[in-house]
Amino acid sequence: MAKHVLRLTAVVYILFLLVLPVGLIIWRTFGDGLGPFVEALTSPSAVHAFKVTITVAAWAVVANTVFGVGAALLLVRHEFPGKRLLGAFIDLPMAVSPVVVGLALILVYGRFSPAGGLLESWGIQVIFSTPGMVLATVFVALPLVVRAIVPVLEELGDEQEQAAHTLGASRLQSFVRITLPGIRWALGYGVVLCLARSLGEYGAVAVVSGRLVDQTQTLTLFVEERFQNFDQPAAFAAATALALIAVVTLLLTKLLRPKDLSDGN
Amino acid sequence: MSVDAAVGVRPSRRLAGGTAAGLGTAVLYLSLIVLIPLAAVVWRSADEGPGYFWRSVTTPDAWAALTLTIGASALVAVVNLVMGTLIAWVLVRDRFPGRAVLDTIIDLPFALPTIVAGLVLLALYGPQSPLGINLAYSRAGVVLALMFVTLPFVVRTVQPVLLELDGEMEQAAASLGARPFQTFRRIILPNLLPAMLSGTALAFTRAIAEFGSTVLISGNLPFKTQVAAVNLFSQIEGDNMTGAAAIATVLLVVALVALIALDVLQRWGSRRG
Repeated sequence: MAKHVLRLTAVVYILFLLVLPVGLIIWRTFGDGLGPFVEALTSPSAVHAFKVTITVAAWAVVANTVFGVGAALLLVRHEFPGKRLLGAFIDLPMAVSPVVVGLALILVYGRFSPAGGLLESWGIQVIFSTPGMVLATVFVALPLVVRAIVPVLEELGDEQEQAAHTLGASRLQSFVRITLPGIRWALGYGVVLCLARSLGEYGAVAVVSGRLVDQTQTLTLFVEERFQNFDQPAAFAAATALALIAVVTLLLTKLLRPKDLSDGN
Repeated sequence: MSVDAAVGVRPSRRLAGGTAAGLGTAVLYLSLIVLIPLAAVVWRSADEGPGYFWRSVTTPDAWAALTLTIGASALVAVVNLVMGTLIAWVLVRDRFPGRAVLDTIIDLPFALPTIVAGLVLLALYGPQSPLGINLAYSRAGVVLALMFVTLPFVVRTVQPVLLELDGEMEQAAASLGARPFQTFRRIILPNLLPAMLSGTALAFTRAIAEFGSTVLISGNLPFKTQVAAVNLFSQIEGDNMTGAAAIATVLLVVALVALIALDVLQRWGSRRG
C-alpha cells in the first residue's frame, strides 16, 4: 500500500512538473503538422539565430574541451600547492548566476573599462559582439568537461602511461595512444554536456549580447523575443527545436555514461 | 583500482617544468574568464563606499527581489528535500513499467535551456492553461519555475547512496522487530541524510542564481514576482553598474555560504561513510 502511494506521488509529481509541460509545447508546435514548424524556423531571423548559436557554441566547446582535458590532467596527474583551490575555482562557475556572469564580463571587457577600451582601440569589440558571447558561454560551461574526465582519469591510474614512457614513448604519443583512448567516453560525455549547455545558455548571453535582433540574437534569445512580441508559433517552434536538442543530449549522455563507468573498472 | 591507488603511492615530484607551464596556462585562462571578472564585480560594488553598497541592496525593489529569491529558494529547497528523496527511493527500490523512462527524463531540466523551461511551464500553467490553472505573474509561478530547474539535484545525489545501501541492515532491523517506520528513521534516514542535505544545498544555490526560467512566467513585476537575478538584469539595462554589482555581490556571497555548507556536509558524509 505505502509502496503504491509513494510510486503514485513520484509519478504524478514528475508528470505535472516535467512531462505534461514539455509534452504540451511539442504537441502545440506540431499540432498543425510539420509545415508551420519548418516555416517558423526558416525565417531569416530564425536562420540567423541558428547561425549565431552554432558559432558561439562551437568556439565555447572547443575552448572548454582543450582546457578541460588539460586541467583534468593537471588535477589528477600532477602535484602542486593549491591544487584544491584550483579545483574549487574550476567549480565556481556552477554557483554563479548567469546574470552575474554577464555583469562581470561587461565590467572587465566593456567599452568603458581599461581592458575593453584597449581591445576596442585594436578593433576588437568584445561586449555586444561574438567574442563576449563566447566568453560568457565558456564561463557557464567551464566545469563540465573537467568534471566528466577527472573521475575516469583517477580510476585509470598512470601505470600504462608510465609503461609507455619506459618503452620510449614521448609525452604526446602516450597521451594520444594511452590516455585519450582511456577517457574517450568520459570526454564524449563531457563534450555533449558542454555543447548542450552552450546551445541553451540564455542569461549570461542575454546580458553581454545586447540582444540585437539579427545581429547577436541566439536561439534562446529568439525564443524570448518572439514570445514577447506575441509571435507564439515562432517562439514555440524554436523552443521545441531546443527541447528536441535537449532530449537528444539526454539520450546521448545516457549512452555514454555507463560506458565510462565500465571502462574505469 | 581505486582513487587511493592512483593518488597514494606516487614518486614524489618537484614542480616539474611541464606542471608549471600547464598550471600557469590554466590559471591564466581561469583568471581572464572567471576570476578577474568576478573580482571586478566585488571591487565595483565597493566603489562608492559601504553606505552606497547598503543603499543599493536595500532599495525597496532590490530588497523585495532579494527576500523573495531567498524565501522562494528556501521553500523550493525543502520541497526538493522531500520530493527528491521520495523520487530517488521510488527509482531505486520500486519496479514498475516506465521506471527506466522516468529515470532518464529526471535529467531533462539540466539539459533544457532555462528560457524553454519557462515557456513550457507558461504553456501549461499560464493564461491559456488547458488545466485552467493560471500561475502566470504570481509568486507561485516563480516557485514552480524554480522547482522545475532544481528537480534533479536531490534525486541524483541520493540515488547512488541508496543504491549502495543494501537491504541487509533493514532486514536485520526488521528481524529484530522494528516497524517499517522505525527502520526508516533509525537505519535509512541517517545513511541518506548527508546526500539529501548536499542535494538540497545544490538546489538552493541553483535557485538563488536562477534567471531564465523565471523571466516569462513571473512577468517580472517589481515588489511582487521579480527575483534577484531579474532585478540585477534590469539594473544592468538601466546602466546602474555599481548598484548591479552590489546585488551581484550579495548573490555571490549567498552562493559561497551555501557551497561552504555543502563542503562541510560532504566531509561529514564521507566521515560517516
